[in-house]
Amino acid sequence: MRSLIFGLALTVMFALGALVSFVWTPYDVTVLEIANKLKPPTADHWFGTDHFGRDIFSMIMVGARTSIAVAIVAVVIGMGLGVPLGLAAAARKGSLLDEVIMRGNDLIFAFPSLLIAILITAIFGPSAVNAIIAIGIFNIPVFARLTRGAALSLWTRDYVLAARVAGKGATRISVEHILPNVANLLIVQGTIQFSLGILAEAALSYVGLGAQPPTPSWGRMLADAQTLIALAPHVALFPGFAILFTVLGLNLAGDGLRDALDPKLRVMR
Amino acid sequence: MTLLSIENLSLSIRGTPILRDVSLSVGHGEILGVIGESGSGKSLTAFSVLQLLPSGASCEGRINLLGEDVLAKSESALCAMRGRDVGMVFQEPMTALNPVQTIGAQVAETILIHEPDTSKVDAMKRAAHALTRCELPQDKFPLSRYPHEMSGGQRQRVVIAMAIALQPKLLIADEPTTALDVTTQAEILDLLARLVREDDMGLMLISHDLAVVTDMAHRIAIMKNGAVVEEGGADLHRTMSHPYTKALFKASSHQPDRNVTPQDTPLLQVQSATRDYTLPRKSLFGQADKFRAVDNVSFQIKRGESLGLVGESGCGKSTLTRAILGLEPLQGGTILLDGQPVGPEVRRKMQVVFQDPYGSFNPRHKVARLVSEPFHLLGRKATEAEIDEALISVGLTPADKTKYIHEFSGGQRQRIAIARALIIKPELIVLDEAVSALDVSIRAQILDLLADLSDRFGLTYLFISHDLSVVRAITDRCLVMQSGKIVEEGDTEHLFTAPSHPYTQTLIAAAPTLPDL
Amino acid sequence: MLRYAIKRVGSLAISLIVASLVIFACIEVIPGDPASFMLGLNAQPDTVAALREELGLNASLATRYLSWVTGMLSGDFGTSYTYRSPVAEIIGDRLWISLPLALIALGLTVLIAFPVGILAATKRGSWADMSVMGATQLGIAIPNFWFAMLMVLLFAINLRWFSAGGFPGWENPAAALKALTLPAIALALPQASILARVMRSALLDTLSEDYIRTCRAKGLTQRQALWRHALRNAMIPVLTIIGLQFSFLLAGAIIIENVFYLPGLGRLVFQAISQRDLIMVESVVFLLVFAVIMVNFAVDLAYAWVDPRLRGRA
Repeated sequence: MRSLIFGLALTVMFALGALVSFVWTPYDVTVLEIANKLKPPTADHWFGTDHFGRDIFSMIMVGARTSIAVAIVAVVIGMGLGVPLGLAAAARKGSLLDEVIMRGNDLIFAFPSLLIAILITAIFGPSAVNAIIAIGIFNIPVFARLTRGAALSLWTRDYVLAARVAGKGATRISVEHILPNVANLLIVQGTIQFSLGILAEAALSYVGLGAQPPTPSWGRMLADAQTLIALAPHVALFPGFAILFTVLGLNLAGDGLRDALDPKLRVMR
Repeated sequence: MTLLSIENLSLSIRGTPILRDVSLSVGHGEILGVIGESGSGKSLTAFSVLQLLPSGASCEGRINLLGEDVLAKSESALCAMRGRDVGMVFQEPMTALNPVQTIGAQVAETILIHEPDTSKVDAMKRAAHALTRCELPQDKFPLSRYPHEMSGGQRQRVVIAMAIALQPKLLIADEPTTALDVTTQAEILDLLARLVREDDMGLMLISHDLAVVTDMAHRIAIMKNGAVVEEGGADLHRTMSHPYTKALFKASSHQPDRNVTPQDTPLLQVQSATRDYTLPRKSLFGQADKFRAVDNVSFQIKRGESLGLVGESGCGKSTLTRAILGLEPLQGGTILLDGQPVGPEVRRKMQVVFQDPYGSFNPRHKVARLVSEPFHLLGRKATEAEIDEALISVGLTPADKTKYIHEFSGGQRQRIAIARALIIKPELIVLDEAVSALDVSIRAQILDLLADLSDRFGLTYLFISHDLSVVRAITDRCLVMQSGKIVEEGDTEHLFTAPSHPYTQTLIAAAPTLPDL
Repeated sequence: MLRYAIKRVGSLAISLIVASLVIFACIEVIPGDPASFMLGLNAQPDTVAALREELGLNASLATRYLSWVTGMLSGDFGTSYTYRSPVAEIIGDRLWISLPLALIALGLTVLIAFPVGILAATKRGSWADMSVMGATQLGIAIPNFWFAMLMVLLFAINLRWFSAGGFPGWENPAAALKALTLPAIALALPQASILARVMRSALLDTLSEDYIRTCRAKGLTQRQALWRHALRNAMIPVLTIIGLQFSFLLAGAIIIENVFYLPGLGRLVFQAISQRDLIMVESVVFLLVFAVIMVNFAVDLAYAWVDPRLRGRA
C-alpha cells in the first residue's frame, strides 16, 4: 500500500507539472537568453539554466508533456491492438488465426523499438510520432501475449463452458467473461509499459530519433547536456532525475496496484 | 512401545487456533485411519509430525516418534528424521515430482541425503529395488524415466518408492488416492497395505473417504474442526457413539428418496456418436494419428429418468458430455434432443451443472446475473420473479442475488449452479461430476435437493461421475464407459449387484465399500 | 530432442525470411524512389538514373529481393553509396565493437543477477532481500544512457580512472576491454536489476511447488531443495527473460555508443540515416534482427536442455 501511494504521488506530481505547463511555466522556454547560459541552480532558476539560457525547471515541466504523451499513446496503441488480438487468438486456440497472431508477435519481438524507430526515421525522417509508433508497435505483442496467456486459462473455466451452454458466442464470451477477468492484469501491465515507454522515448530522443527541437524533451535535453557535462553537470542531472523519478513512480504504482488487486498476477517485464 | 504418539497437540497459525488437543497413536505394523471433512485439520496433523508447517505455525503438546520428542528437535535433526524414520505420500501425484529430474535420481536422492557415503551406482541400484517393490519393474519403468512420461497412478508409486526407500518405521499418506481412478486407487491401497505388512511399518492414512479407510485401517479416528471427536477400532461403525461420527456414516451411504417414474418417450437420443481427435504428428511428413475419444456410442434417456454414466478418467465420458451439450463437433452419428438435433432451438431444453463449485462462476458478476445467464437462449432478460423463484427452489433466498460468488461456501455455490441450470425450466440437466468436489455431508444435502427437484419439476438427469456410490444412490439406469465405448448398460441396482462385463466387475470390485450399519 | 531441434530450425528459417521481407518492404515503401531519396532534392536526373542502374532498381521487385537475400547469404551486403565501399566490410569493422559490448553486458547481467536474485529468494523478507528489492527498483527506473553519463562524470572526468570515450582498437585487447568497461556496466546494471527480480520471483514460485514439499519430506533442507530442485525449474522463466534482454542490450549498445563516442554500429547507423544511405540502414537493421532471432533460437534449444518435457517422447 505504501508503494502504491508513494508511486502515485510521484506520478501525479509529474503529470500535474505537465498539465500546468500548458498555462504557466516559471520562464518561457521559447525565449533564448544566451547571456544567462549555464547558470547553476539559484533561487531564481531552481534547476539552473541550459546552454541557451533557458530555465531547466520550466524545460522539465514542458518536456514531461512529450514523455507522458508519447508513452500514453504508445500504451493505448499496444492495448488497443494487442488485447483484441490476444483475445481472438485465445478464443480460436490452435487455429490458423492463433498461429498467425503468435508468429507475428514473435517477429515483432525481434525488432526492439529502437530498430523500428531506425527504420521509420530512415524512411519518413525523425519526429515524436515516430517514437509513438515505434514504441506502440513494440507494445502490441506484449499485450497480445499477456492477454492470450491469461485468456487461455480462463477459457477452460467452467463458467465459460456454462456461457457456451447458454448459447453465447466467442466474441460475447470474450467481452463478458474473459476481458473483465484479465482487466487487473492489463492495468498493472499498462503501468509497466507506460514506464518503459518513458524510458524508450527518452532513449529515442537522446539519439535524435524522437521529438525534434524546439520541442523540449528529456532525452533531447540530456543529449545537449552531454558535451557540457564537465562544464555544467547540473544540466545533465535534472532531466535524468526527472526520468528516473517518473519511471520509479510508475513502477511503484504498478507494483502497489498488483498487490492491491491480486498479488498472484503474472506480468511481463 | 507405540511408534508414534501425539499427545494433546495444539497448533495455531499466526494466532489462529487450528488444532485443539489432538491425541493419536500409531503402533508398529498398524494402520491408523484419520477421517475428516475439509477444514478438519487432518492434513495439518500429519504435517505436524514431520514439522513441515506453514510459516507462523506453532505447536504445543507432545509428538513422540520412536521415543524422541519431535517438537524438541532442531531443524537439522528434523531433516535427518524426515525420509529416514518417517516417509510421506501426498495427494496430488501429478505435481509431487520434480518435472525436470528422472525418477531414478529422485528416488536415489532419499538414500543419498541420509547416507552420503553411498556411491551413486549403489544408490541407483537401491532406487531400482524400491521402485520394483512399488510394482514399477525396471524393464518397463527404467530409472531414466521422467515424471511426465508416466500416469498419475505410476507417479504415485514413484512417490511411495521415495518414501519407503530407506524403510522408515512410519509412513504418512495424506489422501494418497483421492486424485486417482477407482481401480488405480485399489491397487495403490493394496500396495500400501503390503508394504506395511512386509516392513512392519506404521501407516497413518488420512482421507475424507470413510469407505477407503474402513476397508483397511486397524483403528479409525474421526476429526472435526481441529479436534478428534471419536476414535475406535475397525468396527467403529458398530461402536460409534458421537453424533458427528454417526452423521458422517449416514451421509456417506445416503440414498435420497425419489418418486418419479420414467415415461416411455425418449428425451435424449445418442446414435452412433463418434468423436476423433487429431494427435500431433510423430514425424515431420508422417500421417497424423487419430485418437477416437468416443467410439460409436448409442443410448437414450427417457423423460423423467435419471441415467448414470460411469467410467475412469480418459474413458471419453467428458468428451461425450461436451458433445451432448453441443460444445464439440461429432465426426459421426447424431444426438437428438426431443427428436431434434442439438441446435439453438432445442438447446434451451438442456442445462448443465459442473464439478468445481469454485470455477463455475465469473467472480466479477453478481448472483442475479450469474443465475440468469441461460436466458440468453430465450433471447430475453430474466425477470426478478424468475430469479427469486430459482433461488428459492434450491434453498437460497432472494436476498442472495445481490451478492458476489465469493460470499458463498462450496455447497451453496453448487446450489447456485443448480439454480442457474433450473432457471429456464429445462427438461434435461446434465450433472458433470456435480457432487464430486463436495464433502460427504454437503453431498448428501445436494443429492436430496436433486431428488426433490426431479420430483417437483419432472426433470431428467444425466449423471456423469467416477464415483460409483453416488451413481448408485441417485440413478435408475447406468452406462459403463471404457476406452470410448459403452461396455455395459442396465438398471442401476441390477448392474451393481450382478455386473456382466468384466470391466464393470473390476470397477465394482475395486470400489471401496462401507460396512452395513 | 532431434524432432524438437528440427522444428525449431524450421521456425528459425521462417522468422528470418519474414524478417527480411519486412525490412525489404519498409525500404520499398519509401515515397518516390530510393535513388532520388538518397540523392536528395537537388539531384540531376542523370545522376538519379545512374544510381538507379547501380542499385539495380530497374529490375523487378522479386528479383531485387532475391538478389539482396542471396547477396547477404554470400556475405555481399551491397555497396554503400556514401562510403563507396562494400557495406559488409564497414559493418564488419563496427560489429566488433557493438557485439562484444552487448555480449560483455549480457555476461555481466547474468553474473550480477543470479547471485543477487538467489540471495534475495533464500533470505526472503530479510534486510538483504529488502535492499535488493529497493536497489533493483532504482536500477529498473534509471535510463542507461544517463547512468552512463553519470559514470563518465564520476570515473572519467572527476576520478580520471577511465578515458571519457573513444576506442583504441582490438590490437591492444586490454585497452579495448577497458574502453568497453564503463559502457558494459551502464548497459548491464538496469538489465541485471530486472533479471535479479525475475530470478527471485521465479525461485519463490518454484519453492512453493508441491515437489519442493516432497523433497522436504525426503529430508532435504530448504537450502538443498532450492539448489537441487528449485533452481533448475526456475531457469525456465529466467531463460525467456535472458533471451528478451539480449535484444534490449543490443539496441542499448547502439545508444550507449553515443555516450562514449564508440565507433560501433550505432554511430554508423545514425550517420547513415542522416546521409540517407538506405542500403547501410537496411543491412545494419537486418544484421541486428538476425542476431536477436539467433539468440531466441539458442534460448529455445536451452529450454529443451532444461525441461525434458519439451524433448518429446524418449
